[in-house]
Amino acid sequence: MTTNTPALSRPSLLSLFARFRELALVGFIVLLIIVISLQNPRFLTFTNFRDILLDISILAMIALAQGMVIITRGIDLSVASMLALTAMMVAFVVKAFPDTPLVFTVLLGTASGAVLGSINGLVITVGKVPPIIATLGTLGVYRGLVFFYSKGNWINPVDLPSSFKQLAKAVPLDLPNLVIVALIVAAIAYVFLNYTRAGRDIYALGTNPEAAKISGIRTDRVTFMVYLISGIVCGLAGVMWASRFEAAQTNTALGFELQTVAAAVIGGVSMLGGIGTVPGVLLGALLLGIIQNGLTLSNISQFWQLAVQGFLILLAVILDSTIQQRIKQTAVRGAVK
Amino acid sequence: MSENTLRLTNISKSFAGVHALRGVHFELRLGEVHALLGENGAGKSTLVKVITGVHQPDTGEIYLNDRRIHLADPREATALGISAIYQELSTFPDLDIAENIFVGRRPTLASGLVNWRRMYRDAEQLLSSLGVHLDLKTKARYLSVAQQQMVEIARALSVNARILIMDEPTSALTLNEVADLFQIVRRLRENGTAILFISHRLEELFEIADRVTVLRDGAYVDTRSMNGVTQEELIRMMVGRTVKELFPKKDVKVGEVVLRVNKLTRKGAFRSVSFELHKGEILGMAGLVGAGRTEVSQAIFGVIPADEGMIEIEGKALRITSPSQAMECGLAYVPEDRQHHGLVLPMDITDNVTLPILSRFSRWGWLATKSAQQAAYDAVTQMEVRATTVWQKVRELSGGNQQKVVLAKWLSTHPRILILDEPTRGIDVGTKAAVHSLMSELAAQGIAILMISSELPEILGMSDRILVMHDGRVTGLFNRSEATQEKIMMAATQAV
Repeated sequence: MTTNTPALSRPSLLSLFARFRELALVGFIVLLIIVISLQNPRFLTFTNFRDILLDISILAMIALAQGMVIITRGIDLSVASMLALTAMMVAFVVKAFPDTPLVFTVLLGTASGAVLGSINGLVITVGKVPPIIATLGTLGVYRGLVFFYSKGNWINPVDLPSSFKQLAKAVPLDLPNLVIVALIVAAIAYVFLNYTRAGRDIYALGTNPEAAKISGIRTDRVTFMVYLISGIVCGLAGVMWASRFEAAQTNTALGFELQTVAAAVIGGVSMLGGIGTVPGVLLGALLLGIIQNGLTLSNISQFWQLAVQGFLILLAVILDSTIQQRIKQTAVRGAVK
Repeated sequence: MSENTLRLTNISKSFAGVHALRGVHFELRLGEVHALLGENGAGKSTLVKVITGVHQPDTGEIYLNDRRIHLADPREATALGISAIYQELSTFPDLDIAENIFVGRRPTLASGLVNWRRMYRDAEQLLSSLGVHLDLKTKARYLSVAQQQMVEIARALSVNARILIMDEPTSALTLNEVADLFQIVRRLRENGTAILFISHRLEELFEIADRVTVLRDGAYVDTRSMNGVTQEELIRMMVGRTVKELFPKKDVKVGEVVLRVNKLTRKGAFRSVSFELHKGEILGMAGLVGAGRTEVSQAIFGVIPADEGMIEIEGKALRITSPSQAMECGLAYVPEDRQHHGLVLPMDITDNVTLPILSRFSRWGWLATKSAQQAAYDAVTQMEVRATTVWQKVRELSGGNQQKVVLAKWLSTHPRILILDEPTRGIDVGTKAAVHSLMSELAAQGIAILMISSELPEILGMSDRILVMHDGRVTGLFNRSEATQEKIMMAATQAV
């Protein structure tokens, strides 16, 4: 057949950049590391980097879940509340029964997270409530439940057995358990999103919901699934949080949901859905961790950290949309030639 | 050989008491291209949705190879070998070509993981069986409409579709792309696929279709062989009356130059484009999609200004850098993609029509709603928009009526120069005739019209003069009397 469908023009620099957006992020992180370490010799050390990884592990896990939700054009604002509620529940159980096997605490956390996530999923798919509203609602409800459950009491380090405290912090292979857990979660997320049908359906749903439905994808099921997974990850994170900080409070992780959204967006997840990668989100979380660490080492106020974080989000989003725009134009021009 | 593969008898379907289909019969045979014809609202889409299992008929029966079937959802239809390529393309912009083809049915390894290697191999095979060669890792976002269509056809083939429904596949294609598409359609027909083909371009149907079924107001009119029917007969069957003239172009005495474009250039889009537009004239702009016609018109309207060159309106040289400035100069631009650029679908008719002229109805920032509604009402009546009230949401109107609202919106600005980009794409014969006679009327009132169209009959039928573009340059200028389809195609493809 004499098709005039032209062979696609060779990828421009911009489309390469878009395809390997993570590389740009890596470049930026390297630059940042150089700048900070020039100012502060304590920064570029093994122990400090281990601290950074420990600091961002929980963020990275939840940001992965958050990114997955955002790829479906949704958002989960209730992540921090789910984390706080499971942390409180697990901490209470461990306080009452100090001999609880660690495996059981993890199971309890993920199971209760699954219940909370399912509620989100049901409200969104069966109740037809837009995700941002649904999870804004459960953000409040779950946080209220933390207070209701604990009656305002805190769980303090003295209440927890050392075995439980070691759950997150033990250092078997030069890396703390928590970091290893986060890496495992990331590996599972990577395989899930790239090599399973359900994972690929998440992208299909996000990039064109109508077409997804026509193609026989059970869109409600996929939507339910991402909120369920988000709940499970938050449950796991809740257990880790209680172990790492040796405490559970009514205000645990208050406002943390915004950081998870920030890490995902900086990592290249598109709020319009359909776009986002596991390495990108991890780098997004790492970038936030480095900035936080660097500013803390330099004794700069927390509010500056917020400002820098906000600035980065804007920068990432503006950069992404500019690139998309440019690529669109070059694609059109390519068609002219 | 004429084994009938799909037969629908006495199908009725109503929505909220409104009959969309009433006792419709339809029969589709293996190895035929069967055209489905009817005005907008005639029930074509509903019939297609019944066949694809999206809607379930209230009464009537569906037979596949003489076996009665029930289609509860699109999944079941797909399983029985029925696939559809919808008018609104249903590709996934952020997925690559291979995954677009196999979405929903990705091949997996024994471990349950997606087998990407096999997916790329199968995709390559499918596309080359269609004679199409694309980089399979390209995201669908970067494909042209024609390329996306090929991907969709490949998707349909990947499920071994025996029955393929194509809903207006040609409405956004260039002539060359249409030729390519038809070649594929013919190949599929030879392989015994049954193809249900919907198009508003009658000329096309004579080229590709074997039989035609006409619907009118949800009712079955007739099924005929394409050999034994004329264009006039088909139109009469569709509208139930004879459309007097398909292209009611009035002879208007052309006045002085109102728009002069001189050596307009925008890098990468078009170069050294010059022409003049006179009062009362309809200047047709022909060419293939991507020839730069839309870009030129958008440069004139200030959407993306040109880099070089001059635009002169009524003798004054101007540098137009924004649409609002263009509007002040008496320009109006009706864009091609009415869903995205022309209308705010969730807003009502009044809001849409008065959007460009809101300042006229506002004082100290407050809107005078009454007079805005009056203006909208006047415009809508003039355009004969079929709507219940001016508060009706534009989203609820049919395609043809939406196009009328877009026109009403821009006419309410009382332009002296009107740019129409594909003014009748995808709208039915009846509305098309109405739009054409309105254009003719406007020209007679002295408005200068620049009309971009990819439909040659429309270009030949409506234009006083015809400007042809190819690859960003002007390659031909013809008077109405000397223009022929061949001359225009030669200039448009530079096949000289």
